[in-house]
Amino acid sequence: MLEISGLTKRYGDGEPVLSNLDLNVKGQNIVSIIGSSGAGKSTLLRCINRLVEPSSGSIKLNSLEITSLSGKALREARRKTGMVFQGFNLVDRLTVMENVQAGRLGYISTWQALSRRYPQADIQRAYELMERVGIAHYANQRADQLSGGERQRVGVVRALMQEPDILLCDEPTASLDPRTSEQIMVLLRTLAEELALPVIINIHNVAEAKEYTDRIVGMRFGKIIFDDVPTSLDDKAMNDIYSGTPASDRLSTETTQGAVHHA
Amino acid sequence: MPSEMRHWKKPPTIENPIVRWGIYSAIVIYLAVTIPTLPINWPRVMEGIGRASQIFNGAFPPSFERSELLIDGFVESLRIAVLATVFGVGLSVPLAFLAARNLSPMPVYILGRGIIILARSFHPVIVAILFVKAVGFGPLAGVLTLIVYSIGFVAKMLAERIEEIDFGQVEAMRATGASRILIIFYAVFPQIIPRQVGLSIYQLDSNLRASAVVGIVGAGGIGSTLANAFGRYDYDFALAITMVIVGVILISEGISGQIRKRYA
Repeated sequence: MLEISGLTKRYGDGEPVLSNLDLNVKGQNIVSIIGSSGAGKSTLLRCINRLVEPSSGSIKLNSLEITSLSGKALREARRKTGMVFQGFNLVDRLTVMENVQAGRLGYISTWQALSRRYPQADIQRAYELMERVGIAHYANQRADQLSGGERQRVGVVRALMQEPDILLCDEPTASLDPRTSEQIMVLLRTLAEELALPVIINIHNVAEAKEYTDRIVGMRFGKIIFDDVPTSLDDKAMNDIYSGTPASDRLSTETTQGAVHHA
Repeated sequence: MPSEMRHWKKPPTIENPIVRWGIYSAIVIYLAVTIPTLPINWPRVMEGIGRASQIFNGAFPPSFERSELLIDGFVESLRIAVLATVFGVGLSVPLAFLAARNLSPMPVYILGRGIIILARSFHPVIVAILFVKAVGFGPLAGVLTLIVYSIGFVAKMLAERIEEIDFGQVEAMRATGASRILIIFYAVFPQIIPRQVGLSIYQLDSNLRASAVVGIVGAGGIGSTLANAFGRYDYDFALAITMVIVGVILISEGISGQIRKRYA
């Protein structure tokens, strides 16, 4: 269970990117976060695993206060928090297996990691997960030889190798074509159910958010201004979240074009 | 029927005509004033031409009679170059990490850059003179000199490569809970290794060339052999040495170019 309260993040003296934000995610629940670029979605996710330092507030994952951790304790908290990235962030020159095993770097010894002598159980689990998402035959290929959708599958498997308590996905489909993007959403949805894993997905594609997630959180200017089931996301709510663009207009463009052009 | 013809001319680089003509006339005036004051002593130039022809007459045909001296000198140069490359590149890698702005905190970065700037600020010949004074004539001075020279180049270029890495890969490794050392080995090294290999090969090549130069001031290797030959007016032997230096450098350039092309 994730409990965020009073979370504020500001860079330097500027306007806060996140201001006094509260959010709870209970049990196995797929939550999507929508909002225009700069609303603070990415910063919010990165505060949860402390890739970004929060300025103030509290973040508790299964009752463990994340914001005060440092050193080894922080690394142990990070390894229980899986993350999937928009740009996949695979190590291009390493093999798919090495990329997948990178998810275990928080668990294994430095020597095991450097010599690539991964524990047998980890190799077993890697093959199972890779077979599950259809990339097992690429184990010895270099990561940069795979297509976008395949690369994102590697990214998902890497995150799952961490045996996470929660999965954070930062626009996981924004660099993919519409069809691959849907495949990844289906995959995230079914894996979350199989592993009983709470998932938070930042997403620009509102149609996908409505179809594949249980709950939609709308952000604007670092605050949560909408938080409800997808069916409640009406034109007025869309307008509030993405003011400036007529909601119906935006929804139709999102559906037809996918979100490939969003940065 | 075309309408009125339209012309286009490239706009001048310096737009303001006063500044433009000011700069042109300043250059002309400078040359007109300074050229007559150049201390060229024509009789001495004439003498020099005569002496040069004497040297070249003495140099032909090149003499390979003392080829064991030549070979010894070259083997020593090669040893100097290999040792200096191994140690220089070895020290450059950690130094490059210190001097990479995206991985190091400000004080460490300044220290790293400071060391690199220091290593780069003197020409190898000057460094060689210092080391020859410090540790005496011979190859040790040459090795130390070329280590400094290698650090100045390899650490700088490598630090710049580290600053260009895709930081997303680092972020992904941090997100797995990996320690700093594993982040470096999993996210940074794979990205910089092609450049690292290329730089090391280039530096070996470059050290071989430089070892001939620093030898002239007493730092061992073929350069010392060459300086001695000149000192004893053995111009034919000196020419033989020079020819071999050029040949070896051509070959090593060719080989290292091929390796770098294949790998990177």
